[in-house]
Formats: sequence, structure tokens, C-alpha cells
Amino acid sequence: MFEFLGIPPQALFGQLLLGLINGSFYALLSLGLAVIFGMLNVVNMAHGAFYMIGAFVAWLLLAHAGIGYWWALVLAPLAVGALGLVLERTMLRRLYKVDHLYGLLLTFGLALIFEGAFRHQFGVSGQPYPTPELLRGGSNLGFMVLPVYRGWVVVFSAMVCLGTWFAIERTRLGAYLRAATENPVLVQAFGINVPVMVSLTYGFGVALAGLAGVLAAPIYQVNPLMGSNLIIVVFAVVVIGGMGSILGAIVTGLSLGLLEGLTKLLYPEAANIVVFVIMAVVLVIKPAGLFGRER
Amino acid sequence: MSTQSTVHGRSGLGTPTPAVIPGAVLWAAALLLAVLAPFALYPVFLMKVLCFALFACAFNLLIGFAGLMSFGHAAFFGGAAYVTAHAAKVWALPPEFAILAGVGTATLLGLVFGALAIRRQGIYFAMITLALSQMVFFLALQLPFTGGEDGIQGVPRGRLFGLVDLTDPLAMYYAVLALFLSGFLVIRRAVHSPFGQVLKAIRENEPRAVSLGYRTERYKLLAFVLSASLAGLAGSVKALVFQLATLTDVTWQMSGEVVLMTLLGGMGTLLGPVVGAALVVALESYLAETSLPVPVVIGAIFVFCVLLFRKGIVGEIAGILKRRA
Repeated sequence: MFEFLGIPPQALFGQLLLGLINGSFYALLSLGLAVIFGMLNVVNMAHGAFYMIGAFVAWLLLAHAGIGYWWALVLAPLAVGALGLVLERTMLRRLYKVDHLYGLLLTFGLALIFEGAFRHQFGVSGQPYPTPELLRGGSNLGFMVLPVYRGWVVVFSAMVCLGTWFAIERTRLGAYLRAATENPVLVQAFGINVPVMVSLTYGFGVALAGLAGVLAAPIYQVNPLMGSNLIIVVFAVVVIGGMGSILGAIVTGLSLGLLEGLTKLLYPEAANIVVFVIMAVVLVIKPAGLFGRER
Repeated sequence: MSTQSTVHGRSGLGTPTPAVIPGAVLWAAALLLAVLAPFALYPVFLMKVLCFALFACAFNLLIGFAGLMSFGHAAFFGGAAYVTAHAAKVWALPPEFAILAGVGTATLLGLVFGALAIRRQGIYFAMITLALSQMVFFLALQLPFTGGEDGIQGVPRGRLFGLVDLTDPLAMYYAVLALFLSGFLVIRRAVHSPFGQVLKAIRENEPRAVSLGYRTERYKLLAFVLSASLAGLAGSVKALVFQLATLTDVTWQMSGEVVLMTLLGGMGTLLGPVVGAALVVALESYLAETSLPVPVVIGAIFVFCVLLFRKGIVGEIAGILKRRA
């Protein structure tokens, strides 16, 4: 076997896989943020809370109703999406006419409420969520053992990301969406119900966060604070990638996850901050982000 | 962000206003109240209010007068708290130098963060400051001198200028009051100076300010650095008051808390952040004795303010007074 910078291949691929999994979550979350931002001009600070709620819905379904992983994969995002829809209709909607920063502040308040309430109810210790029967065990790839569930997470989230990209960039509905992002008044004049589209966009964006939460449940424990620090990294990812681009969000998310994994090997102390350092460098070189454009 | 910037300037600007009580009398009364307060209320509580009031005023200088929304001010507050605590405890520096070290650190951090963040505007500015401050959080978690999860505990207060024994709560209170007042006056002076006027011009319409020949980048950076050093002063003092520097001081929730204080009191008003800080600190110490979850209540107030009360308490009062006048 070969060695890379004196690191045994087992460790190298293990860390890269871990990075790829983190990257998948970054991609799913920053994709949702980018979709919401594109349409609503709102930085959704509650995104991490929705991710956490998604995981908790899955856990509650299993613990209290005996409903397993596969159903949770459908039901939890729907529940989170519905919650998002209600919040958009009742609260966020009132803020479109004032400065966009108020949207950020509102969702920050919502994040505090959700995380505080869940912590009050369930405590800070994590709840374990079992890996589904079908995806247990690992498969030996020759150079490393790949836990099946982790492989599934990477493949499934890549599929969801590509599906979203396809829906937005290549379908008629996506075309309406992009048009409404550019000029909502004109699109409305063509007879398309933009307010409903905005609501659905927010619902869809947070549903993606809920889906990420379900995927994360068997890997990390289900914990009220699981989203609160993750989301800041995702913000940095979004700044690096540039807010405008869907594909940019996906690519940046995955590659930063990988990079973080590599850093964990080469210089573990810097693993937590490498994303922020890269953000600073990107800001100096290309302030609009790697895939972004200035607005 | 268009915010109100009235309240002050009623007195002393030479415009005839139908004010019932002249501003100077109000100021004197407020000062007297602050001097007498420790005899009626618990000094540590009052000192906490003053620290957070200064923190919120520093934050407000940026959002209220330059229109820059930083979501990372905890980095300066907490970073300065750590350095001051370390300087006082390990290097055994007297309090005045420990505070200087903290403020110096916050100023340097502010220079670096500010130079990066002012490259983008609006929401991006908020996200960049947030991400950079999270970097400080991880550094505080990992650097050898910060004590990880425990923080730095048992920081000695020492003797101010070798004369005043700060272990006496009353002496400490007056020292904190003096520092708060000097910070507040610096902000007041900055806001009412030509520099402050240019900041307001940038807030209202940056391209126009540029076209008038102002180098807006420099003004924004200077405002950011000033705000960061004053937030650092608040953090340094806080470290000496509680004899403690912890991870809580550098979390992004702390950055959010100072936003709430400012929003609740009134963005862009001089006194708003003080009122907001007093209310939030009082509320938190009240909630700590009940079984209600603090973050939920704080979050609910946040949502309420953003939806229905965007001018804040002082902003609303100023609006009413203005309509009467």
C-alpha cells in the first residue's frame, strides 16, 4: 500500500470519508439556504434549528409511534416544511418590505425559541437513533471498510442535491422560480402567483434541512444543539461559494467537507477553523464568492 | 438600515425646542441616580448592567450610525475578556494594564475583521462577522491559555493604579461606572462629530457619500475598529467584575444577545442600548430563579421586537415626543 505524507491509507480514507459526509450535510444545508436566499432575500438563521427538528421528528416517530427510518425520511421533511410554511405565512411575510436584516433577526429569534424549547424538553444529552436494518454493517473496498450507512448518506444527498439543481435549472417551474428571483413584479404580472411560490420555496428550503437532520440522526446523536454550531460553518460555506449559485452551493459544500477532513489528518488543531480561514482568503481575492456575482 | 437618530441633540444644538426640562438637568439626575444606585441595588448586578450597556452602545455605534450589522461582536467582548483575565491572573498585571491589554487585543481583532467584513454589505456583512467570530470561539476552545471548557476562573481584581482596592464592591462599582461613562462619552462625541455625520451619510446612501468625495471604506473601518475596542473594554471590565472569562462570552448567542439589547432599547438612539441592556440583564437574572427556559423567552422577545417594535423603547418615546413638539 502507498502512503500519503506519511499517513497510513486507512486513516487517510477514513478521514476523507468523514469529510465527505460532513460535506454532504454542508451541501444539503447550504443548498436550502441558497434557495431561500435567492427567492426571499432572507438569511435563514433558523436553518440549523430546522435540521435539529428534522432529526427529532424522526426520533419521536420511532420512540412514540414505532415508525421507522424510511417513513421518517418522508414524514420529517414534510413536517419541517409545513412548519416553515406556517412561519413564512404568519411572520416572515411581514418583513419583506423592510430591511433584509430584520429577516435574519427574526429567524435568529425563532432559532433561539426552538432550540431552547427542545433543550428544556429533552435535555442536552443526545438521544441515540438506530441505523436502519437494511443499511447496517460495512463493505470492504480493499483499501478501507466503508460503513454502508455512510455510503448511503453520501449517495442519497448527492442525488437530492442534483435533483434540486435539475428542478431549478431545467424545469418550467424552476424557470418561473428563477424569473421571480430576478423580477417578482413582472412575473406576477404574467399571472403567476408569486406569494405562494415564495411560501413554497421557504417550505422546500427548510424541508431540505429537515431531511439532512433525518440523515444525520443515525450518525450523530439526536441533540437539541446539533444544528447550532453546524449552521455557522454552513454560513461560511455559503459566503465562500457565493449566494447566487445552486451548483456553487453543492460543490463548495462537498469540497470544504473534504478539505476539513484532510486538515483533521494533517493538522488536527486547525480542523475547526480551516473553513473560516478559507472564507477570509476568498473574501480578499474574490469578495463575491467563488461562484457568486455581485448584486 | 434606516433607523431613527433623534433623542439627543435636543439640547445644545441651538434650535429652540419646547423641552420642559433642559437636557443638562436630566443628565445630572441620571448621573446622581447612577452614583446612588449601589446603595439600593446589588452592586454586581449593576456592574453587569453597565458592562452590557457599554457593549450594546459599542454595537449600536456600528448598526445605528453606520448601518453596519455585525453579528460577531462577541469575538471582541469575549476575546478581550480572555486576554484581560490572563493578564491579570498569569502575568499579574495591575487592572489598568490588564484592561489595556484586553482593549488592545479587541482593537487589533477589530482591524482585521473590519478590513475583511467591509468588503461586503448588508446581509453578507452580518454573515462574515458571524463566521469570523466563530473562529475566535474555536480558538478560545482550543488555545492552551484559555482553559477550554472551564475558562479562566479566579481572576484577581487587584488595585487600580496601585491605590484603589477593587475587591471592595463599591470601589469596583465606581471604577466600572467611570469606565462606562468614558466609553459612552466617546461614542456620544463620535456620533456628534463630523465623523459621525459622514457615517450617517454612508448609512443613508453610500454611493452618494462616495460621489461627495468621502472614502467611505476608511470611515466604515474606523467605525468598526472603534466599536470593537469599546466592546473589548466592556469585555475586559466584565472579566474583572466577575473574575471570570468563559466560552459563553465568545459564543454567537452572545453576539445575538447584544443585538437584542440594542433592538429592544432602540437602534440608532444613544440611550436605547443602555435601556435595552438593563432590561435584558434584569430579565435574565429574574428568569434564572424561575423554571422558565431563558432562551425561549429571549427568542420570543426577539420575534416580538422584530415584528412589531422595530424602533425600540427609546425610539418609540422619541417618536412620541417629536410628534408633540
